[in-house]
Amino acid sequence: MTALSLMNRLLMAAITLVGVAVIVFVLLRVVPGDPIAMMISPGASEADIQALRAHYGLDASLPVQFAVWIKAVLMGDFGTSISLHRDVLSLLAERLPATLELAAAALVFAVVLGLGIAVIATLMARSRLAPVVDTLNGLFLAVPDFIWALALVLLFGVLFPVFPLSGRINPDVSQGFHTQFYLLESLFTLRFANLLDVSLHMIMPVLALGLPLASIITKVLKQALAEAMVQDYILLARLKGMSRLRLVMQEALRNAIGPTIALTGVQFTFLIGGTVIVERIFAYPGIGNMAIDAVINRDLPLIQGLVLVFGALFILVNLATDALVAWFNPRMEA
Amino acid sequence: MTTPLVSITGLSAVSLREGGSPILRDVSLTLQRGEVRGLVGESGAGKSTIAKALLGILPRTVKVTAGEIRFEGRDLLTMPERELRAIMGSEIALIPQDPQTALNPGRRIEAQLTDGLRLRRGMNARDARERALQLLEEVHIRDPERVLRAYPHELSGGMRQRVMIAAAFSLEPKLVVADEPTTALDVTVQKQILRLIRGMQEAHGTAVIFVTHDLGVVAKICDSVTLLYGGKVIEQGPTASVLAAPRHAYTRALIAAGPRYDRPDAGLEPVPQSVFDQLQAELAQPFSSEMSHG
Repeated sequence: MTALSLMNRLLMAAITLVGVAVIVFVLLRVVPGDPIAMMISPGASEADIQALRAHYGLDASLPVQFAVWIKAVLMGDFGTSISLHRDVLSLLAERLPATLELAAAALVFAVVLGLGIAVIATLMARSRLAPVVDTLNGLFLAVPDFIWALALVLLFGVLFPVFPLSGRINPDVSQGFHTQFYLLESLFTLRFANLLDVSLHMIMPVLALGLPLASIITKVLKQALAEAMVQDYILLARLKGMSRLRLVMQEALRNAIGPTIALTGVQFTFLIGGTVIVERIFAYPGIGNMAIDAVINRDLPLIQGLVLVFGALFILVNLATDALVAWFNPRMEA
Repeated sequence: MTTPLVSITGLSAVSLREGGSPILRDVSLTLQRGEVRGLVGESGAGKSTIAKALLGILPRTVKVTAGEIRFEGRDLLTMPERELRAIMGSEIALIPQDPQTALNPGRRIEAQLTDGLRLRRGMNARDARERALQLLEEVHIRDPERVLRAYPHELSGGMRQRVMIAAAFSLEPKLVVADEPTTALDVTVQKQILRLIRGMQEAHGTAVIFVTHDLGVVAKICDSVTLLYGGKVIEQGPTASVLAAPRHAYTRALIAAGPRYDRPDAGLEPVPQSVFDQLQAELAQPFSSEMSHG
């Protein structure tokens, strides 16, 4: 990517983020539901309500409210959560690492599994097991993340309680953390008790988030590999005496992986969206779980902060995806 | 006489896809070392099937029902897979039809041109690169260093085909199968590529099977020619003799149908229906009606 096109992308990203901010701000104020009504006890006087409204700046006109908010955001002040009475930015900083670790782990799991199955299926394309793989994958494609989550809870949480059902770490095991990146920190500080416990807590949510993505990767990559494998250059490589594994890994994969990366990028943004419901099911303390509480409590500053973070994540994922696709395709210079 | 390089005898094959319809009927031909043989016919004549059989890459939908293909006396059709793979690419190489699709778009020329040298000859990367540079110079590529670093899309069609020719000759094969190597190219480039293949063939003493539908190409570079129709050999022999004194009506009609550069006003003669009727009648006969020029 050239410097110019990178600047271009970043500018577009900034514009997108502003658009996200406008839309969420307007939507939240147009839809019914009053955050003040959620806060006050029944029977409060009209004067109290008005005072509270003024306290949170909700009595001004929409454009003024927006201007005040966006100016504060640019200064790094995301406001104070109405329901949790805490600074939104520090709430986000506390919860975001948990979600990042979860989403990243699910992505790695999905890519390894999807790529592995696609390559193996290509190697045994003529075997009688091939249709079985296709059928199974078709089945997996149809199951969304929250169904996996519920099924996993029933299976490994209730029937065979092998994995912890909720949370991020067992407080009895925890040796204390300096950062919110529990997985990375325990890995790099070699605290294996922590690492094991954090991993065990992550297995079910990672499976729930990763399995649908893995089956999508399998399907797209397998198709792309099948198309690549009948190209003339594969035939010539075969004549050069390459083994089938080498044909797939060295010759076909490089050309087949482009569309898969592009799609994985898009699907990964859906996966990040999926953390909302999956974190809820596993009571995992990430921003997705917090988003549900924020919406239930009509916590406008928190919702706005969360949506901006989700928006920024989506934009970053898209930028990274484009860069990766370009890197794998020598024909794309820009 | 020494053993011919290739001797195909009584080769018959059917297509499983089209309900067992024959695609090769009792084909026999011999090729001497260093000989350039044109394999001529229209689509469906069986010329590509013969080429694929020689390379051991017949599609699964084609089944050989009779005959043998001997390469230096050994039957390729009954040879164990392992031995076949040792011969393919190494002693029998392919120049593909379309250099556009024959090069991997995701790998640099250097990697693709040195695959064979490294995998088959056990060369290290540096020696293989040296050899690749020599080969590129041999196929008249002007800036070989740059081409080695390039990706296929950065080269023209003619350049790509030169690279394919260099790759085909890189392991000093005894036989090169050229599968219509100029059809995908500009007319101006076609001539250069034909001359190049002939030049490489002469310099390396390699035999070439040249698959084409163009008798003009045959006249230019082939020592001998095998004309096929409907999977059957119609006429074969030395190019000069076949073109000067064609014995089969189909051969005569094809020669008449080709453009005459020496007489541009002569116009093109379509192959008359009576000739196709005769060919159909001959295909129905079980015995060979091949016209052979001694």
